[in-house]
This record gives sequence, C-alpha cells and structure tokens, in this order.
Amino acid sequence: MNILVCVKQVPDTTEIRIDPEKNTLIRDGVPSILNPFDGYALEAAARLKDKDPETRIVVVSMGPPQAEKALRACLAAAADRAYLVSGRAFGGSDTLATSYILASAIRTLEEREGPFDAVFCGKQAIDGDTAQVGPEIAEQLGRPQVTCALEAFAEGGGLRVHKEVEEGVEVIDVAAPCLVTFTKPAWNLRYPTIRRKLAADKAEIPVLGEDAFPAIDRTRIGLAGSPTQVKRTFVPPQKTGGVTIREEQAADAAKKLLALLDGRGVLAGGGESHGS
Amino acid sequence: MEAKTRDLWVFVETNVDGTAKNVGIELLTPGRTLADGQGGRLCAAVIGYRAEAAVQEAAAHGADVVYTVDGPEYEHYTTDAYAAALTRLVEKYGPTSLLIGATANGRDLGPRVSSRLGTGLTADCTGLAIDEETGLVRWTRPAFGGNLMAMILCPDHRPQMGTVRPGVFKKGPAKTPHAEIVREDIRVAPEAIRTRVVELIRELDAEGVDLESADIIVSGGRGVGGPEGFAPVRALAEALGGAVGASRAAVDSGWIAHAHQVGQTGKTVGPRLYIACGISGAIQHLAGMSGSEIVVAVNKDPEAPIFRAADYGVVGDLFEVLPALTEEVRRLKREKQSGKS
Repeated sequence: MNILVCVKQVPDTTEIRIDPEKNTLIRDGVPSILNPFDGYALEAAARLKDKDPETRIVVVSMGPPQAEKALRACLAAAADRAYLVSGRAFGGSDTLATSYILASAIRTLEEREGPFDAVFCGKQAIDGDTAQVGPEIAEQLGRPQVTCALEAFAEGGGLRVHKEVEEGVEVIDVAAPCLVTFTKPAWNLRYPTIRRKLAADKAEIPVLGEDAFPAIDRTRIGLAGSPTQVKRTFVPPQKTGGVTIREEQAADAAKKLLALLDGRGVLAGGGESHGS
Repeated sequence: MEAKTRDLWVFVETNVDGTAKNVGIELLTPGRTLADGQGGRLCAAVIGYRAEAAVQEAAAHGADVVYTVDGPEYEHYTTDAYAAALTRLVEKYGPTSLLIGATANGRDLGPRVSSRLGTGLTADCTGLAIDEETGLVRWTRPAFGGNLMAMILCPDHRPQMGTVRPGVFKKGPAKTPHAEIVREDIRVAPEAIRTRVVELIRELDAEGVDLESADIIVSGGRGVGGPEGFAPVRALAEALGGAVGASRAAVDSGWIAHAHQVGQTGKTVGPRLYIACGISGAIQHLAGMSGSEIVVAVNKDPEAPIFRAADYGVVGDLFEVLPALTEEVRRLKREKQSGKS
C-alpha cells in the first residue's frame, strides 16, 4: 500500500502567551512543532506498515523553508520519503486555496511515487483549528473521505477505519483510493530510533516550488486567490466580575453556590434522567 | 457559483428518528437577523429520512421556506449522499449565505460542499453579524487555541459559508409556522455512496457522551487524581441530570475516555452550566468551553487560571465540595418536588 501523509508545522499553541499591555499574541520564542494530529495520521500509516512492510509512506508539507524540520521529524519517526511544497505565491492561502495547491501537489507526486491508495491527514491543525483542508482535498481529488479516525486497517483492497463518534467507535469500510483524517487515539507518534534519526538528518527533501505546477490556476492560490479574507483579529476579552466563594465548611460553600445558581434558573430543567 | 437570491440558508441536520438536531434550530435565531440584513428570506434545508418532524420544527422556528430532501439513503449520515443533496439544492436555488452547525457531521459535510462549489467556508464560528461596511456576513471564530479571534469575510464567492459552534445561539420560541415547504426529489445511487458502516462498537465508558448538546456538564481534571476520582464528578452530574466532561490532562493520564474531553483536541461545548472540578484552566480547555452560559470552578488553588473564566469560583477541595453539592442538589430537588405535589 502506498500512503501519503499531509503534515503541517505549527506554533506550539500551548506556549502562546498574551501581552497584557498591547493585548496581542506573543509569538516570539514559541517553538514550532509537528501538528499533533498529523503525528497521529503518520502513526496510523506506520501501524499499517508494521503489518505489511511493503507499505510505503510519503509525507508532504506546504509551508515556509523552515517546515523542513517537521518533515525530518516525520522521516525520523516513520516516513520513507518527504517533500516540501514551498513558494511565495502559496503564502496567505486560506483552506480552499491550500487544498487546491495540495491536491495539485498530490497529483504531481503520484507521477513520481505512483498512485497513493490512501491520503492521511490530521483532523485539524492546532493553529487554525478549521478541520477543512482534509475534506477539501478529498473533494478536489474526487476521493471518498472518513474524518475523525482513530485507526485504519487494510481490508479487501481498501481500508477499514475506526471512527470516533458520540456513542463509541464506528467501523467503516472505504474503498481505495480514499482520504482519512485522524483524531487523537490512545497512543502517540512513535519515537525515532537513533539509526532513523541519523538517516533523517541527512535525507534529501525535494522542494516543489511554484514552477513544479505549470498547470496551476494562479487566480486560485495565495492570499489573492483565497475566497475568505481576514478582516481583523483581536484577543478575546477576559470574563470579569466573577464571584469567589470561600467557606470553612464545604456544605456552606455548596449551599451558597446552589442558591446563586438556582437564582439564575439553571437548575430547573435538570433531573436524574439522563446522567449515565 | 452566482447567488440567485438574497436568501440565507440554515442546514438543519436530522437525527435518525427524523427530528432536528438542536444546532440547526438554534441557527434560525441569528439566521433571521442575517437574512433581514441581507434583504432576503430565511430558509432551512432539511435532509433526512422520514424527517417531517424536523421540517415542522424548522417551520415553527421562523423559516420562511423549508427545502427538504427525504429518502432512505439519508437515514444515516454519509458524506457522499449528503454532499450530493445539499450541493444540488444550493446550485438550484442559489442562496447568498449558508450556515451549517459545527457538529462532527457538519464539519465533515461543510468543507466537502464548499470545495465542490468553489467557495469560502469559515470554520466553527462563535459570532455572526452583517458587516456594516460591506453588507457581507462577518464570521467571527477562534484560532490559536482560543488565544486569538478572527473576523472573516467572503467577498466574491457565493454562497458565503460557515460552520457555527453548537450552543452559542439559543433556540427561539416556537410560533405559528408560515413557511412554504419545497420538497425536492434527489436520489443518490447506492454505488455513489463510497463508505459503508460495518458496525458500531459502543464504548463502555462513553455513557452516550453527548457533550455537545448537554445543558449541564460537570468536568474533572488533573485535580481528581485518578480514575476513581471521577466518582464524585459523575455523582454530581447525575444529580444535576448533566453529562461528564474531562480535561486533556485527565484523558492523557488514561483516567477517562477521550470522548469526554473538552477543549481544543476534544469537544467544544456550550451548556447552560459548566462546572470545572480540579481543572487548572489551560487556554485550550477554556477555548472548548467558552460557549458556556454560566461557568463554575471548584479548585484548591485560588490562583488557578480557571477562576478568571468563572462566574462562580469555589476555593476548596473537590472531594469535600462535590459530595456536599450533590447532597444539596438532591435536597433542593426533593423540596421542589414536594412543593409541587
């Protein structure tokens, strides 16, 4: 099986702080990491390869030249080959423009690497949180999609996917070629071995620039080619005027709180009917 | 595509029993404001199987027109069948804007449809307005784990599309319906549906975790200390008739299933009451619960960031406070019941 994993390098959003004076994000010194959901997608591919060593894993990322670091992390962990899609004309793309560029890149890569039976993506990236690029790529490639997957298994030429749903796990069969987006399973991306790490440090990562896609429609890429435009950004206001309850006895605190909540009418509709 | 009307559409997702999911009806509330601002009609698009209940519900909540597609292929959600039907409806009637509830299915469907139509889609919005300068829909959404809010416009592509977080808007009261009902016969061949559900493995621990539509959520974090520490959290949730949530720290420690996780890598929720127990309040968690109407925090550490997001903060040991709360809730309910009879 030939699997392509789409990955993104993102700022570690857990490290982002707010400048209280200017009310802006402090991005300086925030480390760049492999988007965690893309790591789960890569691990899902690696698990397929554990069962079938013939499986080939190619990773691709669209981003600035520094995104190479995330690709090396993928090579070290599990990928066989990595490509970077990078060019000034691609900058500022919204999800639709990004998916158009990535779909073009996937077609170009298929000419070099053979057809991909499956494209794996993280469910969403932790900087944008849109969860749109995966399904948008699937649509542009005409592939069926399964979103929010936990794990995938080879099954009759296609994939059997475990999808996270409200009630538990849905088992879904999807024919190849397909696209699957992954959410957080009960495991993480595997750690690289020393040998893989050394090889990844030395690996050549081809860059696909603007000239790699002569047929691409320039009116559909970059900031100008994006249907959605950011009008303005702002740091959300903090909640103020909270009431603090501090009592010697827990029972007193409980009484006080419930009196306040009851006063706002939130306890009226409850019951012991659908808790567990 | 070109818009043929100035109408605003709300996609109303259906349940297997043919009723409407809450978020679809909720969205008719801001939908009315936006439709009036655009100078068009408010329309609902209902796709499902024997979904007359959802059609009537949309009509009773103020839709001017309800477009509906009904058939056995829509009984259970599939990307292929729903994307085909919704795209066909939109192409035929040409709305200016389209709102979709940001449920798991809505976020699976939205990008598929926007990509097919070649238009812009803004994800998981928490604010909707008409932009005064341009007359366009102004979509507001969180990014960077809730650290930043962005206002987005879609100037030149139609329809302007967005998925909207459940629970942000409130359902309006039901009124005498005046809606025109338009039934469209759109058939999707079985071979065009390329995914097949083999089975549903119910998680023992998941307890039918419908966090996204819960009115009351009681969540536990690192402070509960272990899997058994969720017992008082569950007891309070049960007494209140609410659902059990968890922070990433508790899920990552393996104390409770991921289906319970609230926050950036879990679910975004918007209950009337959110009670955070032993949760420090990382920004990612706050982002997931910021749609809550009333937030209560119970934490030993008076400096915990969760208190800054709380309407009511109880400084104390959750293992003392929660059982006391549970007891008090039960007492209050008994009183109310005996008061009624």
